Amino acid sequence: MREHEVPVKPAPSLVYGLLACILMVAAPHAGHLLLWVSALCAVLLGWRAYLAYSGAPLPPRWLLLAITLGGVGGILISFHTLFGREAGVTLLVLLAALKLLELRAARDATIVIYLACFIVVTHFFYSQTIPGALYMLATLTAIVTTWLHLQHGALPLNTRLRMAVLLLLQAIPLTLVLFILFPRVQGPLWGLPQDAYASSGLDDKMSPGSLSRLSLSDAVAFRVTFGGKPPLREQMYWRGPVLWEFDGHTWTPGRTARTKPPQLDNPGSPSDYTVTLEPHNKPWLFALEMPARISIPAELTYDFQLHRKSAVNARLRYDARSHLEYRANAEEEPRQLRRALSVPGGFNPRARQLAAAWRARFTDDGAVARAALAYFNREKFRYTLEPPLLGANSVDDFLFGTREGFCEHYASAFVFLMRAAGVPARVVTGYQGGEFNDLGGYTIVRQSDAHAWAEVWLRGRGWVRVDPTAAIAPARVQSGLAASLPDSAALPFFERNPSPWLRSLRFNLDALANRWNQWVLGYDAERQFAFLTRMGMEAVTWQKMALNLLGGVALVVALLAAILLRRLVVRNTDAAQRLYLKFCRKLARAGVVRGAHEGAQDFASRAARMKPRAAPAIADITARYIALRYGRQADGMALPALRRAVAAFRL
Amino acid sequence: MLTALKQKFLVWLFRPKTESGAVTLTQRRIFILPTRQGAGFALVLLLMLLGDINYNLSLGYALTFLLGTTALMSMLHAFRNMAQLEIRTGRVDAVFAGDSAQFAFHFHNNSGLPRYRLTLRDGGGHGVTFDIPARKNLEVKLPLPALQRGWLGGGRLTLHTEFPLGLFYAWSYLQFDTRCLVYPKPAAPLPLPASLAQSGAGSSSVAGEEDFSGLRGYVTGDAPQRIAWKALAREQGLQVKQFGARQGRELWLDWLRLPTLHTERKLEIMARWVLDADAENLHYGLRLPGVELPPRHGAAHRAECLRALALFGLDEGA
Repeated sequence: MREHEVPVKPAPSLVYGLLACILMVAAPHAGHLLLWVSALCAVLLGWRAYLAYSGAPLPPRWLLLAITLGGVGGILISFHTLFGREAGVTLLVLLAALKLLELRAARDATIVIYLACFIVVTHFFYSQTIPGALYMLATLTAIVTTWLHLQHGALPLNTRLRMAVLLLLQAIPLTLVLFILFPRVQGPLWGLPQDAYASSGLDDKMSPGSLSRLSLSDAVAFRVTFGGKPPLREQMYWRGPVLWEFDGHTWTPGRTARTKPPQLDNPGSPSDYTVTLEPHNKPWLFALEMPARISIPAELTYDFQLHRKSAVNARLRYDARSHLEYRANAEEEPRQLRRALSVPGGFNPRARQLAAAWRARFTDDGAVARAALAYFNREKFRYTLEPPLLGANSVDDFLFGTREGFCEHYASAFVFLMRAAGVPARVVTGYQGGEFNDLGGYTIVRQSDAHAWAEVWLRGRGWVRVDPTAAIAPARVQSGLAASLPDSAALPFFERNPSPWLRSLRFNLDALANRWNQWVLGYDAERQFAFLTRMGMEAVTWQKMALNLLGGVALVVALLAAILLRRLVVRNTDAAQRLYLKFCRKLARAGVVRGAHEGAQDFASRAARMKPRAAPAIADITARYIALRYGRQADGMALPALRRAVAAFRL
Repeated sequence: MLTALKQKFLVWLFRPKTESGAVTLTQRRIFILPTRQGAGFALVLLLMLLGDINYNLSLGYALTFLLGTTALMSMLHAFRNMAQLEIRTGRVDAVFAGDSAQFAFHFHNNSGLPRYRLTLRDGGGHGVTFDIPARKNLEVKLPLPALQRGWLGGGRLTLHTEFPLGLFYAWSYLQFDTRCLVYPKPAAPLPLPASLAQSGAGSSSVAGEEDFSGLRGYVTGDAPQRIAWKALAREQGLQVKQFGARQGRELWLDWLRLPTLHTERKLEIMARWVLDADAENLHYGLRLPGVELPPRHGAAHRAECLRALALFGLDEGA
């Protein structure tokens, strides 16, 4: 049915439109594309713009083929594959830029438009924020505007823009229906490449500097909504990886054989809350100390860590219950206690001496721990984000030399001292504190809240949390990082500027982002099920969802069609005109058709000639019509008279 | 059996029947199918959806649905672009064989919506594309080649549009009884029959340049020798010199006087004679087997003669 497409040189304005589209979709990718790809694309786009401007011919096919092969080869060398997220996105952007140089027929322009649409979707691999979504909407408007140009080159830009906006606006209701009702499938359809998600967060290794680096980021780690009253800030220790093994520099979780499950005795009042965890590409989850229950499949390990089978690479929501007062593993296995006492031999002789001195003075393990805290408190230790570097005897250097450190230094030194003194101890990492957003009614925990503390095992009391940082900088635990550091520290801007309106703005934005995350980005199979149930759908099944989807789509399409087509049917409000047209139809059926610009008089005389027998009636009706339509005044009887005359008209 | 059913279905669906006068494009007359680009776009959307499901991209879903719905909306727009258009046939001027017949159609856009990129074409790839502003009439001329003398029908025409996105093809068939009279193609210039001298006795013997009486607009078929090139150079448009008519000059253009030739060839020569005689403003009559038009002169007479030639020997009524 299509006519053969004749290759024609596209108009420069169309080329500029397509260039703008590709530029808009490619620009946000520039940050994560390889440098040479970004540079190559910039050169190609610039070249195309120049060709459109100068009217010079397009480059020959062999040259384009050579560039394409070179580009694909480069991608293969860089990524070792053409599939997967990074390589795929790179390839798409490159092909789109190259296709612009091969714009010979309308079909090529169509392909550029489709490529642009596809690249828009790939942005959501990297960011799904509200500003990002708005930018993509603007990009889509530009794409549709150019698309219209492709169909109708003569339309002015503002007309096309208005049409594009209108088309997209009209598409929104149906999009909403589809978004809500389209059945969501859980999980990937095929294996995800490892590079699928970029994220930052807490590691399960701790060395000097690892946490202070993380503290510079004010990215959100997770958000928490408490069922009841939120606990005090200094009680909020969000437990992450527990580190048992020390090699003199780095703490790691270490390995252990299967052990008995964790034991929580004398639990105090429970705290229930919902965590929305940002993807961090690691399998562990965060919960308040000590977690007792979780709503999703996850393992509670022997040392009270929550572990999922697979890494968290999408925003994850779970309910959890914790007990803020507890006795944890009062009956610890001797094997684990031995692990909690091992120190690497040979290093840090002065720290060992100090520990031995405390051991000699106190028989009670708790007293040894208190002595260590008192030592940190008494001596001139400083809490800083930029501690000096430490040598091979890192604990000695820190305790007796630099005396400047961040929480990982204090936790590491404390646990080392405890183990040297014969008190079982381990390092716990996670987050401490959180900022309550009273607008959204939830607590935000950021990467800058990353923290490390210690646990010692005391006979009869089990594992007890000890936070040596609190001994040096109590403000860190009570009011957060900013309060505990000098002003000059390189903290995130918002951490340093607690001006009230900035805070409120920040809370507003975060509350919006949270709602967005929960309801738009987090709209998965589970949430869909919950939402549809709440909307009154009993027993949500696939069949029901499909039926609802079809029904909803049909309804919206019908409504939109009615609205769109309403302007077409022009009701003839003029009764006289309506009657006259009826008269014309009667004549037309008899073969006398009024010409497009035949006036009523002319038509009447022609009709009278063709149908001489009806001539008086034709003249009568025409005269009445003209009198009604164009006469100065019409009396009330004229219209009914015309109606009767037309009704009685026969041929 | 199956083909017969299919045939019946197509007849029912498209209702191929000749109409006269005016046609309004109602819902029943407009058909829509996706184009090849539309199918391609559907494939792109499917790929996107697979990606969204695999990577669990909520915004990806939203964007895919938005694009899909926009495509669907473009179908409604394509339909709306044609719906409720009123089409009437216009006057079709007679042409000579070899020229193109201009079939005129009056499109009446009664609505407040402009219509874009409508194409009217015949089955042979001759088409014309146009826009119709809101609440406006537009006369569209579809040029179709007139190859043979006689009546040229418009045949089944297609009015179609792919606006706005080219994803859907909306079309409607128009089959009007409008037709164009095609005169025989005039033969190359050749002298008028010799009978002129006898019948024109009593007046000056030659119709020469001295009889020049004025200029008139060029009509297809006029001999190039009579074009007023000087007038053209003065940018007065294409004009033809006219020569004064002489009383008593009478000319019979007689079929029987022509040597034995093919009928069409004879008609072409006679068409040429009619044009030349008319250009010289002679009184001329036409004699064909079974037809005799008495000598007269003027545009109406010329048209009558050419019509007689055009329809000579054809069954179709005059």
